Amino acid sequence: MKNNYKLLDVKNLRTAFNVEGKDVTVVNDISFNLSPGEIVGLVGESGCGKSVTALSLMGLVPDPPGKILGGEIFLEGKDLLKFSESDMEKVRGKEIGMIFQEPMTSLNPVLTIGKQITEILELHQDMSKEEAINEAIDLLKLVGLTDPELRINDYPHKLSGGQRQRIMIAIALSCKPKILIADEPTTALDVTIQAQILELIQKLSNELGTSVILITHNLGILARYAHKINVMYAGHLIESGTTDEIFYNPKHPYTAGLLNSVPRLDLDPNIELPTIKGEVPNLAEFNEGCIFKTRCPNPTNNCKDGKSEMGLIEVEPGHLVDKCCVNCK
Amino acid sequence: MSNKKILEIKDLKVFYESSRSFFTGKNIVKAVNGLNIDINQGETFGLVGESGSGKSTVARAILNLVKSNSGEINLEEENLLKLKGSKLRSKQKQIGAIFQDPYSSLNPRMKIKDIIAEPLRVQGKKDVEEDVKNLLKMVGLDNRMDNRFPHEFSGGQRQRIGIARAISTNPKLIICDEPVSALDVSVQAQILNLLKDLQKKLNISYLFIAHDLSVVKYLSLKIGVMYLGKIVEMADSETIFSNPMHPYTKILINSIPVPDPKIERKKKFIPIKGDIPSASNPPAGCVFRTRCPNPTSDCKDGKSEMGLIEIEPDHWVDKCCVNCK
Repeated sequence: MKNNYKLLDVKNLRTAFNVEGKDVTVVNDISFNLSPGEIVGLVGESGCGKSVTALSLMGLVPDPPGKILGGEIFLEGKDLLKFSESDMEKVRGKEIGMIFQEPMTSLNPVLTIGKQITEILELHQDMSKEEAINEAIDLLKLVGLTDPELRINDYPHKLSGGQRQRIMIAIALSCKPKILIADEPTTALDVTIQAQILELIQKLSNELGTSVILITHNLGILARYAHKINVMYAGHLIESGTTDEIFYNPKHPYTAGLLNSVPRLDLDPNIELPTIKGEVPNLAEFNEGCIFKTRCPNPTNNCKDGKSEMGLIEVEPGHLVDKCCVNCK
Repeated sequence: MSNKKILEIKDLKVFYESSRSFFTGKNIVKAVNGLNIDINQGETFGLVGESGSGKSTVARAILNLVKSNSGEINLEEENLLKLKGSKLRSKQKQIGAIFQDPYSSLNPRMKIKDIIAEPLRVQGKKDVEEDVKNLLKMVGLDNRMDNRFPHEFSGGQRQRIGIARAISTNPKLIICDEPVSALDVSVQAQILNLLKDLQKKLNISYLFIAHDLSVVKYLSLKIGVMYLGKIVEMADSETIFSNPMHPYTKILINSIPVPDPKIERKKKFIPIKGDIPSASNPPAGCVFRTRCPNPTSDCKDGKSEMGLIEIEPDHWVDKCCVNCK
């Protein structure tokens, strides 16, 4: 199932937003790839560019103020950034499906659940109304919704957050996409429901062979579900590797800091939590050098002066780290 | 730590009357239904549960933001529900509050120094400038920032401002309602450490409300697990995690992924089925029976009774579910 074939290959992606007349690069030279059936985690704090990366893949960056400045996004060898808008419409939903953080706002409140699923099936799969309804019921069964025959006529307000997220997954999977982008799919849900939804995503990925890009700020989730992890910080990809490499052999001080600062059930609560000092810099005001220099526990003089260069290097096969910070620690 | 009781809640009930329906008449939501909690000086009581379990209603009842239907809320042996007017206000200044959303809980049109000084001014204090500077320093902010507005601060800094405001009146008790759930992990750790430090320095008690058990464990001495308006298990923090007795507590603990892939791969767990039922129409008998992994036929028929029993010293579990497991 997992092989070296690159279903999705993102190369040097750069996306900027225009803030008060100035281009601020929020996704800065990001490269990563995705193999069939793989669950890849994209982790980082708010504002690090994970969601903009997802929107860039889907061709949904609002322009203006947003703009993709450069790079390539190869889906099965074809560069999505060269696609026209009408070609992208065929990719969205059909090749790449997406679920969002807010199950409360991402469904249309004035349409029934059934209508929202059959709409896509009729459009993308050329199904008749009847076929679409039957397929929708099957999809709702697949995502574990009880009484799908009745639920199909319900409006979203009748459903709980967890049920709505199940419906979002059903919609995202309706055209059997090769890739599912899940952008913080459980952040708005309770831990108990979070477990239900993530187990469902994993099960569907295994059964249908769908590759998943799991965007989250929760490292615990990635420990359980991800095969590979990409760590983002302030628009840059600063470390990338297998889940075990990232958790047991983190090379970047930010990754290590992030891992240490999570309160854990299995650790003694009387020990003070290690923290990463300070906060993410304002990208509009950041000038030059290594993006992590303001929070680095051990910056060199070059780093402090903004003279250090960034860029991923391979420290072990498949384990990439930003070259500036490999040496600082 | 002393054993002086700061807060004692006895059989608290808070009911909301939700929209009257033409057919069914009044619809009563039993948000908090018979709750008992003690908090000693300098200690933290953690209250956990899913959304809809009633934990925030407990906070609001203590802060007198909702009307309680019955029971007692004793702050240093005086029942807040019986007090009125200036007596109530003078008692209330001993309770501070920190809220979940650092963006909406600070007035965007007020300067930081006025936000922090407001509780002091309400209490009739003048010349608060020096106090504000000291408070900012205590929460780890540069005290030259006091002339700025909230939008100039990040989420973590705003939460620090909220904490400065909460401790400004020297409260005995602070109600923390999900104070870190809107923050990023690296900032969350900073705020948790700050709360712990302040507790040591000022000997404050916290009622710490959260849905994340790992955060609650980091701060709390005692923990109560709430489900549909009732506490279903209560014990000291060690016991809750090492020897959980209620199936709901076990599921909650198991649902939290530990950031360690080897532990996670070994863990076998089945997520809890379904959602929390609506508090306006809770199941008859044991409220947990619809999601219980192992209900008896009595439970299913709604004939089982609920109520906490002490199964070992200071470890209380709902009597229905002790037997179901």
